[in-house]
Amino acid sequence: MDKLHVKLQVNGKPVEALVEPRLLLIHFLREELGLTGPHIGCETSHCGACTVDIGGRSVKSCTVFTAQANGAEITTIEGIKGADGGLHTLQEMFREHHGLQCGFCTPGMITRAWRLLEENPDPSEAEIRQGMAGNLCRCTGYQNIVKAIRAAADARHAQKEAAE
Amino acid sequence: MIPGNFAYHRPADVAAAARLLQEYGDEAQILAGGHSLIPMMKLRMAQPSHLIDLQDIAGLKGIGRDGDRLVIGAMTTQHELIGDPLVAEAVPLLRAAAVQIADPQVRYVGTIGGNVANGDPGNDMPGVMQCLDASFELTGPGGTREVRARAFYEAAFTTARAEDEILTRVIVPVPKAGSGYAYLKQKRKIGDYATAAAAVLLGVENGSCASAAIAMTNLAATPVFAEAAGAALVGTTLDDAAMDAAIAAMLAAIDPATDNRGPIEFKRHVARQMLRRAIAEAAGRAGRGTA
Repeated sequence: MDKLHVKLQVNGKPVEALVEPRLLLIHFLREELGLTGPHIGCETSHCGACTVDIGGRSVKSCTVFTAQANGAEITTIEGIKGADGGLHTLQEMFREHHGLQCGFCTPGMITRAWRLLEENPDPSEAEIRQGMAGNLCRCTGYQNIVKAIRAAADARHAQKEAAE
Repeated sequence: MIPGNFAYHRPADVAAAARLLQEYGDEAQILAGGHSLIPMMKLRMAQPSHLIDLQDIAGLKGIGRDGDRLVIGAMTTQHELIGDPLVAEAVPLLRAAAVQIADPQVRYVGTIGGNVANGDPGNDMPGVMQCLDASFELTGPGGTREVRARAFYEAAFTTARAEDEILTRVIVPVPKAGSGYAYLKQKRKIGDYATAAAAVLLGVENGSCASAAIAMTNLAATPVFAEAAGAALVGTTLDDAAMDAAIAAMLAAIDPATDNRGPIEFKRHVARQMLRRAIAEAAGRAGRGTA
């Protein structure tokens, strides 16, 4: 089968590659680009550990062909950072509120929560739970994950007010 | 889980997609959001030699109103449907169903066209479309035709769509102002298909039910439009006796199978509960001025 020439932006950097059409995006990111933040959990589009952002949408990269993402802008957990290059507010708050235990689901959780807060900067607890419904934590640490996301929303709000 | 290999096509318009479909016949599959097809390809239960990705076809996107019909491009995602003010105002049943599909990530990419064209009895929109008496526009080499959702589903994964046709638009009649609606779905977990689900659309005038449409999801090899169940409500005050009659008619129309969502009797029980609650919820909403 002919390989396909793909061009995309990954974490702000242009990437070009020749790929088999059947190459799943998660495998391209992890094996070709060495971005091992997005994890392979269930491989059946349930767990959300492989979540990346494609053109402003949270997507399970185990269920997308690299070919489909040709031309798209992709952000993985490696591309989510604070203004100073350190931890992003969400990452700080996951640490502060013990929003991770084993850590396996965390890259997907934070990547999804990042898009959720972009779309809804002030979500209620119910909206956070609905918005995070596509990410599973097998440590069942949901309570603190929800707290961490709410705390990140508060912190971002405070940062904005301080800046104004 | 690595899918089999295939050639990838990304046509720019419907005509080019139709030509590819004609050229490759049953070796080709249409790729919309891919969240039903790609899992099947990973399991090697689907092994198309050609994938025709519709994402670049601008004409298949968007939602518009054409008189008393809502016209939805097949590549409109569930996420877009949920956020669309026109849908919320004109056909809120669509939104009520879409928010119950899968999870946020899947809704960002899953499309209305894929959901109705796939023919999976577990999909939610086919029953909803039967309830609303929607039609599907199919585009093939001979032009376009419209098929009613109530006549579209023939067997599991078998529909009235011909191999060389593409489902291009979903056309939904806007229910009368004041219609009551509900989509009630029982599922084991977020992301699962329904154990049983009920779509209900009611017209109520002067306290009496003037029209009623009922369809059920995942309780047979196809969605079940329970015509007799709706008819049992018309002319009543939607009292308990009318509900019992509608439920009895619905139970006569479904044909669930035992699987990992439970035995037949359990599914019939859940179907009964979903329909009872859906009728009550729809009745509570009827007459409030917005359809």
